[in-house]
Amino acid sequence: MTVVEERPAPPAAPPPKLPYRLWVLLRNSWRQLTSMRTALVLLFLLAVAAIPGSIFPQRAVNEQKVSQYYQAHPSLAPWLQRFGGFEVYGSPWFASIYLLLFVSLIGCVLPRLRDHARALRQAPPDAPRRLDRLPLTAEADQTAAPGDVAKNAAKVLRSRHFRTKVREQEDGGWTVSAEKGYLKETGNLLFHFSLLAVLIGVGFGHWYGWHGDRILVAGADQGFCDSLAQYDDSTLGPRVDAADLPDFCLKLTDFHAAYQTTGQPKNFSATVAVTEGDGPAKTRTFTVNEPLRLHGANVHLIGHGYAVSLRYTDRYGVSQTKTVPFLPVDGMFTSEGVAQFPDVNIDPKTNKRDSTLQVGFEGRYLPTVGSDGSATSTYPAENAPALFLTAYRGDLGLDVGTPGSVYALDQGQIATGDLKNVSGARPHELKIGDSWTLDDGTKLEFLGTRPYATLAIRYDPTQTLVLAGAALGLLGLMLSLGGRRRRVWFRALPASPEGSGGTLLTAGGLPRTDYPGFADEFTQLVKAAEEGTP
Amino acid sequence: MAELSNQLMAVAVLAYLAAMVCYAAEYAFGSKSRIGRAAVRPARQLVGAGAPFDPPDEDLAEEAPRPDKKGEILGWVAVGFNIIALLLHLGALITRGIAADRMPWGNMYEYILSATFVGSAVWIGVLLRRPAIRHIGLFVTLALVLLLGADGMIAYTPVGPLVPALHSYWFVIHVSTIILASGIFLIGAVPATMFLIRDGYDKGKRRFPYSLGRNTPDATVLERLTFRLHAFAFPLFTFGALIAGPIWAEASWGRYWGWDPKEVWAFISWVVYASYLHARATPSVKRNVATWIALLGFATMLMNLFGVNLFFGGFHSYANAGGM
Repeated sequence: MTVVEERPAPPAAPPPKLPYRLWVLLRNSWRQLTSMRTALVLLFLLAVAAIPGSIFPQRAVNEQKVSQYYQAHPSLAPWLQRFGGFEVYGSPWFASIYLLLFVSLIGCVLPRLRDHARALRQAPPDAPRRLDRLPLTAEADQTAAPGDVAKNAAKVLRSRHFRTKVREQEDGGWTVSAEKGYLKETGNLLFHFSLLAVLIGVGFGHWYGWHGDRILVAGADQGFCDSLAQYDDSTLGPRVDAADLPDFCLKLTDFHAAYQTTGQPKNFSATVAVTEGDGPAKTRTFTVNEPLRLHGANVHLIGHGYAVSLRYTDRYGVSQTKTVPFLPVDGMFTSEGVAQFPDVNIDPKTNKRDSTLQVGFEGRYLPTVGSDGSATSTYPAENAPALFLTAYRGDLGLDVGTPGSVYALDQGQIATGDLKNVSGARPHELKIGDSWTLDDGTKLEFLGTRPYATLAIRYDPTQTLVLAGAALGLLGLMLSLGGRRRRVWFRALPASPEGSGGTLLTAGGLPRTDYPGFADEFTQLVKAAEEGTP
Repeated sequence: MAELSNQLMAVAVLAYLAAMVCYAAEYAFGSKSRIGRAAVRPARQLVGAGAPFDPPDEDLAEEAPRPDKKGEILGWVAVGFNIIALLLHLGALITRGIAADRMPWGNMYEYILSATFVGSAVWIGVLLRRPAIRHIGLFVTLALVLLLGADGMIAYTPVGPLVPALHSYWFVIHVSTIILASGIFLIGAVPATMFLIRDGYDKGKRRFPYSLGRNTPDATVLERLTFRLHAFAFPLFTFGALIAGPIWAEASWGRYWGWDPKEVWAFISWVVYASYLHARATPSVKRNVATWIALLGFATMLMNLFGVNLFFGGFHSYANAGGM
């Protein structure tokens, strides 16, 4: 602060000091931010800002589609990336809109909460001087004394759950003030505070939740235990550590799928052996809409398919067996996948791996081969299964360290010629039990298939809070939209100045919200007050 | 049974068309009828003590003279056709449900069929309680015929069983509340449009489409009807889309909210309709601005129905059966 000069104030008002100007600026900005107009603009911005997320693929929804978008639009994609186009709902601009909106909401509802709390504690205000200026008015002559008439009217109002206050006036008259419909504002506030609870719940759920996906192939040798390394894909919240994951193991013992004759699925169910912590293994069955709920994690069945078992016998007579999931590409479960054998054809004398002799097979699995010989399955169940494979030999490119898809061969290696097609342009057909001898005398056997289940394993600690918030919000919303706030006043004046012989009763009604039925209610109230029958 | 459903459907559309023609005839040949005039009422009512009070919007019509008998008859014939159409529509839904052996809400075709039925039923309900709004029947039936026509042409799907993802009682809860809400939003959009036309007409605009405002009910009646329909549908939509939907999504897909295109657009609709309710509750925002927001909300619902189903896909793609 500067030193205040000791001199008389100039005739014109001094220019306001900087701190004061800042204060005014802040105060006006706050008023602007918490005004309804701003809230409406922010609501609109929120709606508009949500649109890109439905147009562009989102990382959080489908990572694969984002990569496809990069390939299809190589020049546009980096720009979208820069502006958060693939992570709209986590982007700073989206967050800034909803955070501003919530600040505006808090600034709006806190004063309203204070006012409402005050209104709930106070009696309804005294009658205005001119009741006949109100939207609804009535008049009647009564024989009883003003005090009795007023008390009668108050009784009628109280029996109809109006908050009522009787006041004696200095002029010998009485007034009755009544108000009803406080639940409207209560509901309004409840709704807005519930929205805050939902936002906080969603935020905490994001911080402390985690999820992972895993393809679980049937069989005792294919079990899965809940640790980060065993997931195909996983996301931990910022406040979750890999050590926090609950301890459980799953083995898929049975997978059941039934289909219509058209190939449309009827139902699926997965049966698993579950071990939680040190507990015994339990058998549990779960389906698409009924997840397996464990302590600290829910296991959801989100897809299924076939895993192909292959045995490769190399030029030294050593065999290896692999069971690899093939991913379905259509509703009939035409499935694509790859089996890679990097550690084969190792000369037992030198015990050194020859990277030009690695082997990979790529192709399609058809659970039911059609009669027309097309390369797609005609039915999702295994009625006439066949595997169509192309063999490659050379360097699979697995040692380089660049992460690649485990469902396709490294196309770069094929392009450079380090990995060569050794079986010709036409894929080789294998039925279950068939074996296929390659050009170098090595052998591949198709042992059969096993079903697999695609599992989404998730934990969200605040789900219940969010649900409770949403349910309370709905309750508040209904109270707020259905509630009708209205005030009624009665004034009982002595009919003659000396105070004997009757009362002039006037009544006024003020609907504080849009309420077409209020006129009816008012008429009935006045009638009941006149007759003195609650 | 499926064939019967399709035939009933076609006849229902014809009946709606007949109703539309009669509404249109009344609209065109009846000069400003008693209904349009009667709906005009004083803004403020004074009530004498004990005097019977006429509730707003109703029965006031009786006091007005009846200059236009022909238009009147045409109007009631239209309502008759409309009710017949509604019954046929119901028949088409029931036979469809019997043919599929489940609730007829499994794909886009059935969804539109059900939502338009709800809209039509709510319209008849409102009409029977407040005959004064009969004049907007032309636009209600127009909207129904357009939607049903689009449904039959774009979205028709043969009867089929549900995919396993829909085997849940949440299917009934989630889809039915959204169908109810959509149907009411649809009917709410009609008085909203008519209010904007009438409001423009009252302000002296005479070119098309404001010229249509000549015969509509009074602007305040239309505006209040718009609000009440929206205020009723909004909590239903909130429950169906933002509570029941997420509960089911949690059980089925493992997350309660995942920004699937359908979810994104439901969120957008919710935000826009919330803006409408806020705008209407704010005195400084003009009623016609608020009503435009309500119409924008309906546009986002249509976008969610046609745009998302036909172009975006995503998890909610049951429009064409198949897949998990």
